[in-house]
Amino acid sequence: MVIYGVAILAACFLVGMFCGEIIGSLMGVDSNVGGVGIAMLLLIVVIDRLQKKDMLSMPAQSGLAFWNAMYIPIVIAMAASQNVLGALTGGPLAIVAGGVTVVISWFFVPIIGGKKAKESEIEFNRTNPLKPKEAN
Amino acid sequence: MFMEAITNALESNGLITGFIVVGITMYIAYLISSKLTRGLVHGSAIAIVLGLILAYFGGLFSEGTKGLSDISLFAGIGFLGGSMLRDFAIVATAFGANFDEIKKAGIKGVLSLFFGVFLSFFIGVVIALVFGYTDAVSLTTIGAGAVTYIVGPITGAALNASSEVIAISIAAGLVKSVLVMVGTPFVARFIGLNNPLSAMIYGGLMGTTSGVAGGLAATDIRLVPYGAVTATFYTGLGCLLCPTILYLITNSIW
Repeated sequence: MVIYGVAILAACFLVGMFCGEIIGSLMGVDSNVGGVGIAMLLLIVVIDRLQKKDMLSMPAQSGLAFWNAMYIPIVIAMAASQNVLGALTGGPLAIVAGGVTVVISWFFVPIIGGKKAKESEIEFNRTNPLKPKEAN
Repeated sequence: MFMEAITNALESNGLITGFIVVGITMYIAYLISSKLTRGLVHGSAIAIVLGLILAYFGGLFSEGTKGLSDISLFAGIGFLGGSMLRDFAIVATAFGANFDEIKKAGIKGVLSLFFGVFLSFFIGVVIALVFGYTDAVSLTTIGAGAVTYIVGPITGAALNASSEVIAISIAAGLVKSVLVMVGTPFVARFIGLNNPLSAMIYGGLMGTTSGVAGGLAATDIRLVPYGAVTATFYTGLGCLLCPTILYLITNSIW
């Protein structure tokens, strides 16, 4: 059933959020720390287990695939509800500080990534079930 | 009567209206992508830019802070793109991610996370200095704003910064987020952003969840889970480091 896939996703999401809240309060921070990241790792492990035991039916997978495919539309809705006016009217200091931070950070991506990046590219294309065009 | 019926139908079913608005936006964006750029600029990149333009006019029209969704007719957009459904969809992208890749990039991912917070903070502080701020509280708050627009106000509130400085820190974070969303697909080629490892480093360096989520979606949706898995730790780490260690360091210098 489709709902099983959605329910697995929801369960991983909520467990991750719970852990994020706990980590946040342990660190004394008033925010959820890494809840989404933990939920993602949990989902990957759970799905892997279920697939190996052949316990994840096609409809259940399509429940997961639906929310996966809704990602881009949701991101567009997110973009449409950003405070763009605030970003553009925040004054020169805000624009320079935000802009320079992004540009310098870009330079550091290949520096930290190093040479290994290219090897890993092959792996990535081979194992991922989605092709970019299908994903849209 | 006719207009009122339409408004009522749309307003009382906000989320459904959101589906239509996003659907139309994406249709137009993919049309622009294939006809005007011959597929050179990805449809989702154009859709995100269109979304940001809508958000700009929404803000102009409503004088609110939530873009298009401050207009009551389009309130559902805010729910569809709000943190709950966004995070839910981000987790869903992990369906299809490769755990071995995440493990392989683990240490570099964590490293980039710490480095990213320190780097953004440092740049923010330097720019604030250039603009004439010299007190540790203002410098720290603006530096925290360069981390993300959530870390900035949290740090500012903790340190009792002036509301003017807090507003600047939020705006700096917003500029970062918008620029990452729009710029990522264009720089991806030059910084080797085409594999899980670099996507994880990217998430750790940039950190701004909405920026990374949007930027990677516009580049290659397969990169999203890898970037998101590190980026979602960034804001929490920033909230931890900025008002404490980074403030103490700043305070000891100025």
